Amino acid sequence: MARKDARLDVNRRKFLAGAAVAGAATTLTNGAQAASPGAAANKRLPSAVMPTAYQIATETGNLREPTTQITGRPNSDFMVDVIKSLKIDYCYSNPASSFRALHESMINYGSNKMPEFITCMHEESSVAMCHGYFKATGKPQMALMHGTVGLQHACMAVYNAWADRVPIILVGGTDLDAAKRPPGVPTLHSAQDINALVRDFTKWDDQPVSLQHFAQSFVRAYKYAMTPPHGPVMIALDAGVQQEGIKDAKSLYTPKYIAASPPHADPAALREVAKLLVNAQNPVIIADRCARTQAGIDSLVQLAELIQAPVVNRPNRMNFPNTHHLRAGNAASLIRNADVILGLELTDFWATVNGWVDNGDHDGHGINETRMKQDTKLIHINSVELNTKSNLQDFQRFQPVDILMPADAQASLPLLIDFVKSAITSERRTVFEQRGAALRKAYAQARERSRQAAALGWDAGPVSTARLVSEIYGAVKDLDWALVNASNGVSGWQHRLMPMDKHYRWIGGSGAAGLGYGAPASIGAAHGNNSLGRFSVSIQSDGDLMFTPSALWTAAHHNIPLLSVMHNNRGYHQEVMHVQRLSNRRNRVASLGKTMGPIGTSIEGPDVDYASLAKSMGWWSAGPLKDPAELGSVLKKAVQVVQAGEPALIDVWTQPR
Amino acid sequence: MRVVSSRFALAAIAAGLVLGFGAGASASEKGKQLFVKNGCWQCHGFVGQGGVAGPALAPNVMPVEAMSSFVRNSNRAMPPYREAVLPEADLKEIHAYLTSIPKPADPKSIPLLNQ
Ligand code: HEC
Repeated sequence: MARKDARLDVNRRKFLAGAAVAGAATTLTNGAQAASPGAAANKRLPSAVMPTAYQIATETGNLREPTTQITGRPNSDFMVDVIKSLKIDYCYSNPASSFRALHESMINYGSNKMPEFITCMHEESSVAMCHGYFKATGKPQMALMHGTVGLQHACMAVYNAWADRVPIILVGGTDLDAAKRPPGVPTLHSAQDINALVRDFTKWDDQPVSLQHFAQSFVRAYKYAMTPPHGPVMIALDAGVQQEGIKDAKSLYTPKYIAASPPHADPAALREVAKLLVNAQNPVIIADRCARTQAGIDSLVQLAELIQAPVVNRPNRMNFPNTHHLRAGNAASLIRNADVILGLELTDFWATVNGWVDNGDHDGHGINETRMKQDTKLIHINSVELNTKSNLQDFQRFQPVDILMPADAQASLPLLIDFVKSAITSERRTVFEQRGAALRKAYAQARERSRQAAALGWDAGPVSTARLVSEIYGAVKDLDWALVNASNGVSGWQHRLMPMDKHYRWIGGSGAAGLGYGAPASIGAAHGNNSLGRFSVSIQSDGDLMFTPSALWTAAHHNIPLLSVMHNNRGYHQEVMHVQRLSNRRNRVASLGKTMGPIGTSIEGPDVDYASLAKSMGWWSAGPLKDPAELGSVLKKAVQVVQAGEPALIDVWTQPR
Repeated sequence: MRVVSSRFALAAIAAGLVLGFGAGASASEKGKQLFVKNGCWQCHGFVGQGGVAGPALAPNVMPVEAMSSFVRNSNRAMPPYREAVLPEADLKEIHAYLTSIPKPADPKSIPLLNQ
């Protein structure tokens, strides 16, 4: 113990002098020996830490790094030029070595603008942020990720985007040359074909082998993503192609992106549909992922008004204002009486016109029953018919329809409207007026029923979902608000109690019902809305947040203003009900253990303190609130915080549904 | 049975159940616990207010015989509770609880429902 370490006596000057001698025999390319300093260096170290051959070489001026210096511009600079040509606002990403070359070019050569690097803590969040951003703004964004590990983290979110028909430009780093790639981790993070991981739920993918190939494939990928039906696309980016120097700068070019016009329905078929709609006694329009923009909503309103037909809005998008008297409340009874049903981009036509009861009949497969009359004419304009190849079964059950148009519904509506106009006679106009009057009455009655139902449990604690939604609306109604996410768990109250009159008031859900979407997608949407001057609010469920809590950090770090109000029912409530259902069906008492829901379904004991969680990542937060009377004033404060540009979260203990 | 009841009373408190009752609050404390224990709250809400997973059960409560017959024989969206799982006496307590839930305020008097 008393003995002095001889190494500490060696002063820096002596070290350098000694190292100079050793350095003469030590170069960077000296392989294994260079990596572990020689005995001479060992003796002379001025600190407890051994210098590496690299440090020695640097200090002695003997650094030779012929392989890492490139002359001229690196390929990844040109890649940035290509990316910039598409005016992508953000690159949501968790940093990774497999794309370090592009990363460096983006921030240093590209000035971290268009796209700006947004630091994410999980690739599932990166992709979901792109997902939300697109639905709020109509502009696709990009997510960069490690080829194997990052992409596997991202998979769930890519599937959500696929099922929700949302374009995202996915770029994964990989190192293809097994003889050159660094040993160890970079090999674990490479694969022959990283795109295989997401091939079944992307529209297109490629792995460019040259710089010009990258330019073509990137622009091509963007174009495919943006041609309806929209979808995510994937580009694998070889480390070698990113890193190397530009060889033939003069011949390189960036192909121009020209938006493709969406696939349009056959005019002859549309003419026939127009006749059917005009002459129908009880036509019903059902729209799901139909309106992409306000123009889509306006077209649908025009069509519905022309024939005074009720419109059922499936919740995946905002297609038709719920403030309009033709917005239908009770879809089931309309479908029962309908003689013509026009479906617009329906995810599930079968379940729209048939019912399924989840009971023990038919060996536990439940009951299937039709909801419509036998001779009801079914019409479908659906671009997803053009996506026919996937391992994943998101096409739902098969429903034969009388007229099927594999085409983009929004793009096809204007011509359908023209045909409808010319098919209308004065006799039919009188019928439409009468139908319109009846629907106006039904609309008023439905609104009154909603209010009566919302009043039930109004003062109960935990807070009822109707009260939660009403309080939120009360707090944001004077702002240009956008509801960027709401769990299914709030019983659809947002559609009944929040007047949705613009396309961005509601952007639908995850697509594939994969948890972990809500928090990051709402942050992505808020990011987009912020630049458009809109106020974003999300109704965030507890189970979903626990999949991607680190997304909160990204919002705070990048000052993304979002009001997140929790629908905290302390469980995976769908599963709570499923296990209860099966217990009953099997005549057994559901085992609850220490929780309120059947074992394995609750998020209680300990109760997660979401307010502290959010606060720890830089959010303003409050809660848990259990008494509805407290909600109004806390919401008011939170709105002010968000208006000042920061994210805010309120944890609210709610009723289950 | 006592042990079980008090465990569920605790669970209900832990769940933050502030059942907003007026004078009739104690009408069926036991029924309230049984409503939670048997999972009725999952689809109908803690105060039977209803929602997307099940209709409102209160304040317009169906007669006890009709309710019993429905709960035992339901074969559609609501899974049946047979006697072996939910004794008749317990179902009666649940009925009493539902009956004790007061009528809500007139929605016209709730400003947030008239925005
Ligand atoms: C898994 C969900 C679920 C659970 C758990 C559940 N219910 Fe139901 N209940 C429903 C649904 C859905 C209906 C609507 C009728 C139908 O379609 O079967 C219903 C209907 C009812 C009705 C008829 C209401 C009416 O006005 O017609 C009564 C009464 C009822 N439930 C009581 C109970 C009681 C008591 C319990 C607990 C012992 C319970 N339910 C548990 C889902 C549920």
